[in-house]
Amino acid sequence: MTPLDHAVILPILLPLAVGAFLLLFKDQHKIAKAIAVATTMVALLGIAIALLVLTSGLGDDTWVGVYHLGNWSPIFGIVLVADRAAAIMVTLTAVLGLTAMSFASARWNGAGPHFHTLFLFLVAGVNGAFLTGDLFNLFVFFEIMLAASYGLLLHASTVAKVRSGLHYIAINLVASSVFLVGVSLIYGVTGTLNMAELAMRVPEVSDADRMLLEIGAAVLGIAFLVKAGMWPLCFWLPSTYTAAVSPVAAIFAILSKVGIYIIWRLSLLVFGLDTGPSGGLAQNWLLIGGLATLIFGSVGVLASQGLARLTSYAVIVSSGTMLTAIGIGGVEVAAGAFYYMVGSTLALAALFMLVELIERGRMAGADVLAVTMEAFGFEDEDVLPDEEEVGIPIPGKLAILGISFIACALLIAGMPPFSGFIAKFAILAGIIGVDAGTPGTQFAGADWAAVTLLIASGLAVLIAMLRGGINTFWATREDMAPAIGIVEIVPITVLIGACLALTIFAGPSMTYFEAAAAELHNPVAYVDGVMTSQPVPYPGRGELP
Amino acid sequence: MELILAIGIGVLAGSGVWLILRPRSFQVIIGLSLLSYAVNLFIFAMGRLGTGLPPVIDPNMPMDTSVFTDPLPQALVLTAIVIGFAMTALFLVVLIVSRGQTGTDHVDGREPGQ
Repeated sequence: MTPLDHAVILPILLPLAVGAFLLLFKDQHKIAKAIAVATTMVALLGIAIALLVLTSGLGDDTWVGVYHLGNWSPIFGIVLVADRAAAIMVTLTAVLGLTAMSFASARWNGAGPHFHTLFLFLVAGVNGAFLTGDLFNLFVFFEIMLAASYGLLLHASTVAKVRSGLHYIAINLVASSVFLVGVSLIYGVTGTLNMAELAMRVPEVSDADRMLLEIGAAVLGIAFLVKAGMWPLCFWLPSTYTAAVSPVAAIFAILSKVGIYIIWRLSLLVFGLDTGPSGGLAQNWLLIGGLATLIFGSVGVLASQGLARLTSYAVIVSSGTMLTAIGIGGVEVAAGAFYYMVGSTLALAALFMLVELIERGRMAGADVLAVTMEAFGFEDEDVLPDEEEVGIPIPGKLAILGISFIACALLIAGMPPFSGFIAKFAILAGIIGVDAGTPGTQFAGADWAAVTLLIASGLAVLIAMLRGGINTFWATREDMAPAIGIVEIVPITVLIGACLALTIFAGPSMTYFEAAAAELHNPVAYVDGVMTSQPVPYPGRGELP
Repeated sequence: MELILAIGIGVLAGSGVWLILRPRSFQVIIGLSLLSYAVNLFIFAMGRLGTGLPPVIDPNMPMDTSVFTDPLPQALVLTAIVIGFAMTALFLVVLIVSRGQTGTDHVDGREPGQ
């Protein structure tokens, strides 16, 4: 076992250890704590890039990082598995974590106790959920992630936060119960919790037990879809994400993607199309749910008063796009969906932070007022005399905010020239190409429904963002230049810059995403990698029995 | 035995779901607790029911599931109980904070009709 093999566990271990260590110090040392967290995130980014390089197949094309916890053989023990898809998600988490922490260090990290520790525990839980190869271990990491997210949501607590926090915790506790029911049903039928072994056992399940297995899988799926925000399980999401402070909302953008990722991985690993009678079990439902989510998200985006709420509904649109793509299936669609997921998560996080900066200089409720005035046909042109408006230059800070806002809007709506467009184009091209002969299980006309709704949702987001932007940046403002620190604007620029890099290097990144999607759809390397891996022999005791 | 356990799980889960849908936060937390008891029993039942069977494998006995009981669900239940307990405690704290800040124990933070 080379030291590089330990890179698989470090994304979980490092934030847990640093987070626990930071508990020893008082919250007054917030600068030192912020630096510690940021350093951890930089280290995580390095590890994640190492994982990306390792999984990209330097020399060995089917390298799958398998880590035996407690050095048990995979039949008995829990394994962590890093393949391309997991490496992408871990990298995404590290980028989001670094930028969100940098943003928070300006003011939010001192607004409540133990922000840094909770933040690191959240990152540890998210990374664990991406890397684990065991269903029950997944539950444990989910709970770590959720427990930290409860604390972060209530950070700087106000009445609105406590109220939406109460709903969020109650819903997630019920979802956790549902999760356990699903896991135990699957265990009861197949006798294993190891995902790779499960993939081998599912085709062999007898017909009498098959219904129980499918019920278990469906119940388990509901737990993840609550997290992912599929309609009609997503009503908690907008108020929760709106209530959270902006760096927390930015890191929450990855939480809904955790649900998506697990659904994606499990449905293809355990119920892929060529896995016997249960093959393609969830596809039709995911597609219908995805389309419904797209409609709900689009309507929500259009109806939102206030930019933070708009962004929360954009998260739902993003989830709907992903679920639709998963429901359609096919490697080309999946590659586009991967590209979309990375770009849209980065852009949504940037927008959550940006919205807070924009709102900072405005009076509370200005958005609501603007939308209401628009609806009733009031214009505010006679509020201020015209002469005063002529020739006032746009302040530099506001210009940066405006450009960032335009970039985010284009990214999320999927307009050229940014990565959002390439992603949507790849998904749509895949959908139109896929109906040729793939043995899909979708209903008739599914492809065209998906294409129409994907384009329409982009339009809805664009209209809503345009309206929000006009009301914000072209409105007369009392306070023209909000106080913005350099550590706040840099993370937003970095996130948008990452999306730009994704656009410029679309070729190489798309190649990697295609390989990741192919690996997800044909999990032979994953299953073989886990099942044939051997624990390290103990020194002096020779081979294990 | 199967019937008694199934009815027990059903009654616990049913009462739990009913209580979760009630408007008072105390009812919700009791409902969540009942639901988690039902789930714990359910996990336990997934290891197959049996009386007087040891969960430890004895090399002198035949390798047969009728002689041993599956130890894994028991370990899972233990984990689930611990996590469920911690989460209930956390929820209780939020509930009390909500009561203190809003002055009502309604789950929406305000009395209906206000």
